[in-house]
Amino acid sequence: MQLSEQIQNPVPAQAPVDVKAPWHRSDTEPFVRIENVSKHFGDFVAVDNISLDIYQSELFCLLGGSGSGKSTLLRMLAGFETPTSGRILIDGVDISSIPAWKRPVNMMFQSYALFPHLSVADNVAFGLKRDGVPRGEVKQRVAEMLEMVQLGHLGRRKPHQLSGGQRQRAALARALIKRPKLLLLDEPLGALDKKLREETQFELINIQENLGVTFMVVTHDQEEAMTLSTRIGVMNHGEIVQVGEPHDLYEYPQNRFVAEFVGSVNLFEGQVIEDETDFVRIHSPEAEAVFFINHGISCAPGQKVWAAVRPEKIRISREQPQDADNCIEGTIDEVAYMGSLSVFRVLLPCGKQIRVTKPNMARRFDERLNYRDRVFLSWTGDSCVVLTS
Amino acid sequence: MNTISPSAPLATGRWRPSLQWLQGRLQVGRGLVASVPTLWLGLFFLIPFAVVLKISLAETAIAVPPYSALFDWDGAVANLSLNLGNYRFLFEDSLYLDAYLNSIKVAAISTLITLIVAYPMAFMIARSSPGRRVVLLSLVILPFWTSFLLRVYAWMGFLKKNGIINDLLLSLGIIDQPLTMLQTDFAVYLGIIYTYLPFMILPLYSTLEKLDDSLLEAAEDLGCRPLQRFWLVIVPLSLPGIVAGCLLVFIPAVGEFVIPALLGSSDTLMIGRVLWDEFFLNRDWPMASAVAILMLFFLVVPIMLLRNAQGRKEEAA
Amino acid sequence: MMRNPGYMKASAWLGFIFLYAPIVSLIVYSFNESKLVTVWGGFSFKWYAELLQNDQIIDAAMVSLRVAVISATLAVVLGTLAGFCLSRFGRFRGRLALSGMITAPLVMPEVITGLSLLLLFVALEGMFGWPAGRGTTTVIIAHTTFCMAYVAVIVQSRLASLDESLEEAAMDLGAHPSSLFFLVTLPLIAPALISGWLLSFTLSLDDLVIASFVSGPGNSTLPMVIFSKVRLGVTPEINALATLMILVVALGVLAAAWQMRRQARRAPAA
Repeated sequence: MQLSEQIQNPVPAQAPVDVKAPWHRSDTEPFVRIENVSKHFGDFVAVDNISLDIYQSELFCLLGGSGSGKSTLLRMLAGFETPTSGRILIDGVDISSIPAWKRPVNMMFQSYALFPHLSVADNVAFGLKRDGVPRGEVKQRVAEMLEMVQLGHLGRRKPHQLSGGQRQRAALARALIKRPKLLLLDEPLGALDKKLREETQFELINIQENLGVTFMVVTHDQEEAMTLSTRIGVMNHGEIVQVGEPHDLYEYPQNRFVAEFVGSVNLFEGQVIEDETDFVRIHSPEAEAVFFINHGISCAPGQKVWAAVRPEKIRISREQPQDADNCIEGTIDEVAYMGSLSVFRVLLPCGKQIRVTKPNMARRFDERLNYRDRVFLSWTGDSCVVLTS
Repeated sequence: MNTISPSAPLATGRWRPSLQWLQGRLQVGRGLVASVPTLWLGLFFLIPFAVVLKISLAETAIAVPPYSALFDWDGAVANLSLNLGNYRFLFEDSLYLDAYLNSIKVAAISTLITLIVAYPMAFMIARSSPGRRVVLLSLVILPFWTSFLLRVYAWMGFLKKNGIINDLLLSLGIIDQPLTMLQTDFAVYLGIIYTYLPFMILPLYSTLEKLDDSLLEAAEDLGCRPLQRFWLVIVPLSLPGIVAGCLLVFIPAVGEFVIPALLGSSDTLMIGRVLWDEFFLNRDWPMASAVAILMLFFLVVPIMLLRNAQGRKEEAA
Repeated sequence: MMRNPGYMKASAWLGFIFLYAPIVSLIVYSFNESKLVTVWGGFSFKWYAELLQNDQIIDAAMVSLRVAVISATLAVVLGTLAGFCLSRFGRFRGRLALSGMITAPLVMPEVITGLSLLLLFVALEGMFGWPAGRGTTTVIIAHTTFCMAYVAVIVQSRLASLDESLEEAAMDLGAHPSSLFFLVTLPLIAPALISGWLLSFTLSLDDLVIASFVSGPGNSTLPMVIFSKVRLGVTPEINALATLMILVVALGVLAAAWQMRRQARRAPAA
């Protein structure tokens, strides 16, 4: 962490920077450029003036709830919707006026959209045949592609004869076979059950790394986005609220929406009472405490701010810890034992509920905290983020 | 349906039937219920064909009813006289074979044209907004509920020599002689297409409505131009609707009587009309029966087999 | 949603014009003063007045309505039984016979159905003296037979789409199979019964060919009278009759469409 830089230039919390990543380098050209793109449906603004750069071989995730505009943005890239304003460039070429069937972009649909009247092999071959690829080459490439997604033996089956996971791989094969410059994936794992989803995530990453195709994934599942992507763009109400690597988003959210949407978080409303370049103190009337945060912020004096702290960053104990940066007292209201960790809901005197997670390191029983125990919650000054919006 | 659990008799204090008793009663009850429609159909649908077969083997007679008896009983000897003459005549006189083949031709051509007319309509209805869809569907269904006879009749006013179409064309100066349209084969085709159009639109609509938009987008995404998309994706996926619609039009069109009788000329040969004339004009009941048996074996049986095969295919899918 | 291409739209609208032009012309010329169909002689209700004084048409309409109501009702009862047996009884004796016979009338040309029923009635009369001559009874039997096939198909498809667990739940709660049918199944398939009845009613009212075979003298149905009149040419009275019939149907379809639209709006958007 470049502490000196922060002292000179007080900005909201910053992530450590990986200088090798293309989005941190000034000498790499973005591969996909979305420039001031908006989409209106009548009075409804689905996508509101979005600009976004995506680099070669990235696996970029658009994360957002339903109606956030992420699917509309994806559909504009595919060519199913025309932007109301703005431009989209892929590899330096403006594709805004190119119809969907001519774009170097392919899509894997949420429903997979496999043609029910064609066999798996014919589904995969469909795109190549449209391009007039010679028959022999089609056959060979289809065989290779099916082998890659482990469907080599199922080419003759019809889609309805496949399991959910097999359909997902068939859809992926069909979208990849034309070697698109950009592959769009709409909720690629949404229809799979939890266990299969975890396996498939890693398969997807492997395939993407082997082929080097640029992927753009739309999902509402933050865990999926965190595991898959090089970078995530969080969308809300048609706007991109933050773009960053998974780690950035989780540890350094820039606003309350991102903090709450990505993972869970405890927010304390308060006011800055001491504002220095390398630390701040915030008084929170809700928690009846003053919090110490060891990074500077830029905000107007007296402005309402939120101190955000993740559940796993909080230490929970029966005895009052010595020399903790921040410490508050409360009563355990509920305990959920989840195997690898336990989740506690702690009630503050003011009635506010705090969520704390604690890994279950010991097997022993006696140390366990119980319902109605009085406990102290503490965390260090650098595990907390101040949010101004 | 068969999962009736034996209930504990003391639970409510009321007597509850045992499982065996109930299932025994159920079997008897079911047999009784099912026998009502079965007997009705047997009496009024199946047996009549036996009667038709029997009469087709009789000879015409000037009697009431106008046919000879197959059995006769003269004191001690029972005579069975089967007359295959009607069937021989069916194949010797080219009228019947021509009528049969012509019916199939007329029905096939009009089915094809109906399909071409109906497809864009069904497609448009399936692709419109839900509110508009209800209105358009009602517009298709409305003629379907109005009298078939009157709709055919309406075309008489359109097509006749001093009818609406001729008047229009004459006043526009496109023709200077009225066209003969009524009592032609053209009028018969037009009549069939017109009356059976809703039968084609509705099954087409119901398959096109289920067509998943994302399949069309996938086709486009993979490089299909709109026309390719139509032939490679939309048509194959609406095939069940196409088959169902074609059968719904073709089957009644083959045996059609009213349309050729009202719109066709006297030499528009269609098998249904031949049967009608044989019965009502010539009063040759045995011959009419023979024609009916011919239609049954060369028309209805193949169609039923086709339908069953189609049904099984759909079940498998 | 994909947009409709222009040529598709244009041909669809041409199709609708094709569907309605003849119907509209019937309605327009029913108000024509002149007897010549294509010469507009001014607006008048003359043909409606004549229609109401034509006893032959009025009598035939009465016969047709009576036949249609009775045979539609019988067809719904028999067709529902058949449809219910086929979709809920599993395997039972006579299933094959019933399932084969129930759909056969749908593919049978009307001339064959009509001829075969007539020959049956003649044979029955010769053997048992029943039915004595042909009249409304024979027409009702004939119409019931071919209409029940349509009802059975409608009821079967409705039952197929019905969640069987509803009936199982009723049995679990102690409903006897017979009360189960009347308390649970019948209310659930009521819409199918209504549409089956309406369809049978219309088919019966519309049938010319079968009725021509099996009805006796003095019992002509409305289509038979219309057919004998229009065979000779276009008559304005029939235009008036057609307009009245279209009006009734249009009101019915309109009401149904309005109902459907209301339901479509009430249902949450998918």
